[in-house]
Amino acid sequence: MKLENLTFKGGVHVPHSKELTEKKSLIYANEPSVVYIPLHQHTGAPCEALVNVGDRVKIGQKIAESSAFVSAPIHSSVAGIVKSITNITTPTGMNSACIVIESDGTKEVHESVKPKESLDKLSSKEIISIIKEAGITGMGGAGFPTHVKLSPPPEKKIDTIILNGAECEPFLTADHRLMLEMPEKVVFGLRAIMKALNVEKGFIGVENNKMDAVHALKSVIREDDKIEIVTLKAKYPQGDEKRIINAITGRKVPSGGLPMDVGCVVNNVSTAKAIAEAILEGKPLYERVVTVTGNGIKEPKNIVVKIGTKFQEVIDQCGGFNGTPGKIIMGGPMMGLAQFSTDVPVIKGSGGILVLTEEEALAEKVSPCIKCGKCLEVCPVTLQPLHISAHALKKNFEGAERFNALDCVECGACSFICPAKRPLVESIRFAKREILAKRKKS
Amino acid sequence: MEGKILNPTKTDSAISDLLIVSSSPHLRSNESVKRIMLDVIIALIPAMIGSVYFFGLNALKLILISIASALFFEAVIQKMLKKEISINDYSAVITGILLAFNLPANAPWWIAVFGSGFAIIIVKQLFGGLGSNFMNPALAARAVLLTSWPNIMSNFVLPGADAITGATPLAIMKYGAADAGASATVAQAAAELPSILNMFIGNRGGAIGETSALLLLIGGLYLLIRKVIDWKIPVIYIATTAVFLLLLGVETDQLVYHILGGGLILGAFYMATDYSSGAITPIGQIIFAFGAGALTALIRVKGGFPEGVSYSILLMNVAAPLIDKFTAPRVFGRSK
Repeated sequence: MKLENLTFKGGVHVPHSKELTEKKSLIYANEPSVVYIPLHQHTGAPCEALVNVGDRVKIGQKIAESSAFVSAPIHSSVAGIVKSITNITTPTGMNSACIVIESDGTKEVHESVKPKESLDKLSSKEIISIIKEAGITGMGGAGFPTHVKLSPPPEKKIDTIILNGAECEPFLTADHRLMLEMPEKVVFGLRAIMKALNVEKGFIGVENNKMDAVHALKSVIREDDKIEIVTLKAKYPQGDEKRIINAITGRKVPSGGLPMDVGCVVNNVSTAKAIAEAILEGKPLYERVVTVTGNGIKEPKNIVVKIGTKFQEVIDQCGGFNGTPGKIIMGGPMMGLAQFSTDVPVIKGSGGILVLTEEEALAEKVSPCIKCGKCLEVCPVTLQPLHISAHALKKNFEGAERFNALDCVECGACSFICPAKRPLVESIRFAKREILAKRKKS
Repeated sequence: MEGKILNPTKTDSAISDLLIVSSSPHLRSNESVKRIMLDVIIALIPAMIGSVYFFGLNALKLILISIASALFFEAVIQKMLKKEISINDYSAVITGILLAFNLPANAPWWIAVFGSGFAIIIVKQLFGGLGSNFMNPALAARAVLLTSWPNIMSNFVLPGADAITGATPLAIMKYGAADAGASATVAQAAAELPSILNMFIGNRGGAIGETSALLLLIGGLYLLIRKVIDWKIPVIYIATTAVFLLLLGVETDQLVYHILGGGLILGAFYMATDYSSGAITPIGQIIFAFGAGALTALIRVKGGFPEGVSYSILLMNVAAPLIDKFTAPRVFGRSK
């Protein structure tokens, strides 16, 4: 089997708009003077603060954790004094407790941050515990605690690890730059995951519009690595984990199932790089690459930002706004979250800050569905978005469920392609929430 | 700043009240309903010009009257129903053109007005307007005209300045040239039939827009390139018609006349492909085209009319919701 230009059925070709930042090397943001670190940045239980107001903390020091299994600890991204513990709205729209730390500029690193044993001396359990302690969560945007992903129940036999370097969201180039500039870390992270799960087969899937990253990754693979670099067709949503599994292995994750049901574990390349740093440097996850981009930004950049830095502060370091911003999005334009304000902190899952101009942000006029069937053509799950949406808009959630609303992955390809500009995925999302709420009740 | 709850409705930063907040995706394609409709109109232009070339200004008059009345009735009915007037989406223009294409070139002007009115008011708007009509409006209107004024609707003129009435190739093959009812032998019919080249370019008797296979195919190709239609529906429709005609005993040398004759090309590319009255699932579209092809052949050979395209598409229109129901695509990762 040739591992080139693999793909999946359906999907759309979205103008990728990556030229704004794809050639821009990673730079480090200025040390923020104050960081606002939410205690709920991941899927699962929120963390409890381990520090009190007035405490002095150092970079990389654990400041919050939870006893729940599905959760990930949180570390300080600066050295300084805890000013307050308050409530804020995170960029995901959640209300969360938040530790406010004022940096003292010393950049003093916590003593726990030191290299771990070499990978071949570490056992599977130790690797997973290092990952858990480092507070690593999925950095593709979903924010699922990585150690949970790497602890499948014993009856699920995992035989394939896939690193997701598709980065199919338009505008975003954070993963691209990471693969290009730190390929050895990405590959090391994959080796660590493979060792943690005792798997002999690893793939890194990269869309074919990032061939430089493909070459960079290929150049650091060793003879004894059981790792293949796979090129994927640049098509949205190639980076959806069920799509990437299907493209690379041909397996289909069953409806309502997880990748482990077909023996796969998928992690983002940024997550792999964080894992590598946790082992090689003992560095927990307290900063990440953010692509600050869009036509509403004066100087788009790929910038390494400390978790807890306010969006506005990051935007200011990218030349500020270009004209009046129309929409500010955390993530990419297809699945990202529109923000009410720039007064929110960067969290572990913030892969991008995308600023659209007023003109780009204006909603287009919705007209009646002409039943052209384009949404069926592009749906990667082969759903019939027009019917689900029609039921959802009439608040007929049983009807939406009958058309398998819950199988929707909310990629937005249907809304993107719709010539009538109908709110397809928006209404399907609404139906899904209602169906799930009803299930919880019963 | 710190210690305060960041509240979305709070306006502490000047930009926050200007920001648009909405559910993703935040990006839309350039596809638009208007553009799709415009593409269909562009695709119909060659055949429109051809019809004027073959049938003279009478054809142009009917096309223009038909378009104007379609637009007029759409605006009036939407006003009456207190809906937003949407004649600028061009869909009524297409209905107007297609209805005119189904008329004989010597039809009186009021036929076009009545037909457009019926198509727009009854078939399209009363069922919910654009996208909600369960039948192709132009075809449904043609069926009504044909049953209401059969003489006018089946009295075709031959191309040329003198506009002599004459039989269409399909009628010649079914009844013979001279009188309806007597079945023609192949040899006799062949003598009166136009040459295959004339059949292809459209120099033959028939309705205004149906005669030129060449010009309709040029438009059809444009629609395929623009991805407005999919090749499956027209190709399967025409192929199925051909196969069933042979099965029903049509001679192979008459087959070409059957394919190029009547409204088969027009129907296959411009009417069976209608979005709202057709099937939407991939397998459903194949069944739809297959059924329309089989019915067309059946009506032409065994039915009371020489031509079966419009009725077969209308019958399949009615079956489309049912076909869709039973051909829902299998959801990714589900076993059935």
